[in-house]
Amino acid sequence: MNFDFTDDQQAIKRTANEMLAARFKPERVRELAEAGKHDDGGWKEMSELGWAGIFIDEDHGGQGLGVVELVILMEELGYALAPVPFLSNAAAGLALQFAGSDEQKERWLPGIASGEARGTVGMVRDGEARLVPDADSAEVIVLIGSDGSTSVVPASDAEIEPLETMDRTRRFARVRAEGGEPLAGDCFVARDRIATALAAETVGVAQKAMEMAVEYARDRKQFGRPIGSYQAVSHRCAHMLLEVEGSRSAAYYAAWCADSEPDSLAAAASMAKAYSSDAGWRVCGSSLQVHGGIGFTWEHDLHFYLKRAKTNAILYGSASEHRERLAELTLQPAATTAA
Amino acid sequence: MDLTLSPSEQAFRDELRAWLADNHPGEDPPGEDAAFDHRRAWQRQLYDAGYAGFSWPKEYGGRGATLVEQALFGEEMARVRAPQPANVLGLVMGGPVVIHHGTDEQKERWLNAILTGDEIWCQGFSEPESGSDLASLKTKAVKSNGEWVVTGQKVWTTFAHKAKWCMLVARTDQDVPKHQGLTYFIMDMEQEAVQVRPLHQITNEPEFNELFIEEARIPDENVVGGVGNGWGVAITTLMNERAGLGAAAAAGVRIALEDLKELARERGVVDDPVIRQRLAQLTIEVELLRLNSWRGLTQIMKHGVPGPEGSLPKWQWSDVNQALTELAVDILGEDGAAWDSPWTYRLLRSRANSIEGGTTEILKNIIAERVLGLPKLR
Repeated sequence: MNFDFTDDQQAIKRTANEMLAARFKPERVRELAEAGKHDDGGWKEMSELGWAGIFIDEDHGGQGLGVVELVILMEELGYALAPVPFLSNAAAGLALQFAGSDEQKERWLPGIASGEARGTVGMVRDGEARLVPDADSAEVIVLIGSDGSTSVVPASDAEIEPLETMDRTRRFARVRAEGGEPLAGDCFVARDRIATALAAETVGVAQKAMEMAVEYARDRKQFGRPIGSYQAVSHRCAHMLLEVEGSRSAAYYAAWCADSEPDSLAAAASMAKAYSSDAGWRVCGSSLQVHGGIGFTWEHDLHFYLKRAKTNAILYGSASEHRERLAELTLQPAATTAA
Repeated sequence: MDLTLSPSEQAFRDELRAWLADNHPGEDPPGEDAAFDHRRAWQRQLYDAGYAGFSWPKEYGGRGATLVEQALFGEEMARVRAPQPANVLGLVMGGPVVIHHGTDEQKERWLNAILTGDEIWCQGFSEPESGSDLASLKTKAVKSNGEWVVTGQKVWTTFAHKAKWCMLVARTDQDVPKHQGLTYFIMDMEQEAVQVRPLHQITNEPEFNELFIEEARIPDENVVGGVGNGWGVAITTLMNERAGLGAAAAAGVRIALEDLKELARERGVVDDPVIRQRLAQLTIEVELLRLNSWRGLTQIMKHGVPGPEGSLPKWQWSDVNQALTELAVDILGEDGAAWDSPWTYRLLRSRANSIEGGTTEILKNIIAERVLGLPKLR
């Protein structure tokens, strides 16, 4: 029993943390977000470090590591609020690596792993995927229907309409597409892993928002003392820790299930996504409250975290949807409700 | 990261499961005295099998169990709904304090009878005026003719009417800051000067007691850890109370969750979307309690100290246990008002969860100050 990262995994985490902190200083994130742009140089550097294909098998150009390693990167990317097309590409990679046919893998995974021909994933409802990250710069789009149907569509065959969202640190689009070829595997093989990765990103976002609140509560004085000495504020911060650590345990556990105990993944992934969706929003909102008026201004960086956390909560299944899925998985149907 | 059990951990759990399958004592019989005798016999069984105080070092009659084994033990006991051993406070708090702070004579005198359950221990810490602010306690001990004379009042003393020994913290010096003037005693409960009165809680059970102490006598050799060091010694026992209990607590609420799902099925509400959302949320919180506890154990094993997540399980446990009972009583509808409903009992009893063993507010203070580094109010 060892619920912690190995030394190699710790090294990945440290490297990612340092690289992202150096590249994505707050001014840089703001500049990119206000321009609605990705950091192409950052993406290139990450790709060269092998991050884009970290969980993709070596035959298809990846590093051959696992979802645990991906989750380590996702958390750091969220912490840094990195404006790069990482999540979208990883989502497509997860779908194709774990549910793709040999031909699909052959065709798409090398580009995803190298970062040169990216992918993305959209959830289709009523014929349209209404919140698809980075679709306008992807080469391949994996569409997953609410009925469980899937299709792998070259982006050139899709109708892509860029969309302005509240989250300016990433780019989104609406996508409509006919045809395409289904994934070989079940949609949940893909969905559960994507939900896990996204939950981990939210952990990083919430961790940073909590740290900002704690720092502000130590420095800001009102009525002659730091506001963090008042329990109305300090207990709010303690509650942030509860939700951040709970989200983290859930995301790490789901990642471990993905790599080592796939039978437990479905419930673990929905737990992680449901809990982190609520927690990410609440922690960022609570941090805003600790900041008071300054936290509500455009000039303060907190709103970028708040909006990314909320967008993560909405993306790839809401908390309510994942709780319903968990109920399906863990509640045996009542014997008397048949017919 | 490896969340599977090692071969030796697996072997330990298998052995324990097999033993429990053959030796489970069954539910407590009705009646407080009969239930206590049942638990005393159960402790003897645990002792004979080497499971009583099995986290204690081998030289003191324990097994030197690892933290993982302790957590597995707690999980397994909860899973099969085994009763608590009668002398739980001696096993979890008194014994470890004597082992850490006691003299050889004290170890010789007390440890074995704690393990066997022949001598029951209780805890005299809280006072009517000193709850969360324990160090402000007023019970006074004065040295006179080579022994200590103690006068004061204690409250929330579980098993006081069954106990031979009381872990008593009393003030021995009025003239120093409050944390420095305290001493930790082991007081003989079998004396006229100690009167025990049952304290009826909101469930109308007398699970706890008040102690009225009027010039009770404690020999000098019953001071543990030295005069004036009572605060440090008492903190050890509180740490022992909290450390490693997360996994067992998680197993306990997991069983309560299964009971709750069964209730939802019986009452035909498992298809109600609101109930499904609430059940799913509780399922998540029960699982997070388990996961945070295991992450905390890993941190202690690797670094000797808990990480930030180690401070959370007691708070999480009380929240989730209270929420579980609230949903159950919602599901019961008008039947939830009935006094003889087990869920109604649990609803009421769980109100204490966020108070006993450290209030949620104190836990939040600890997290804010010691984990997050926020400034102190005081």
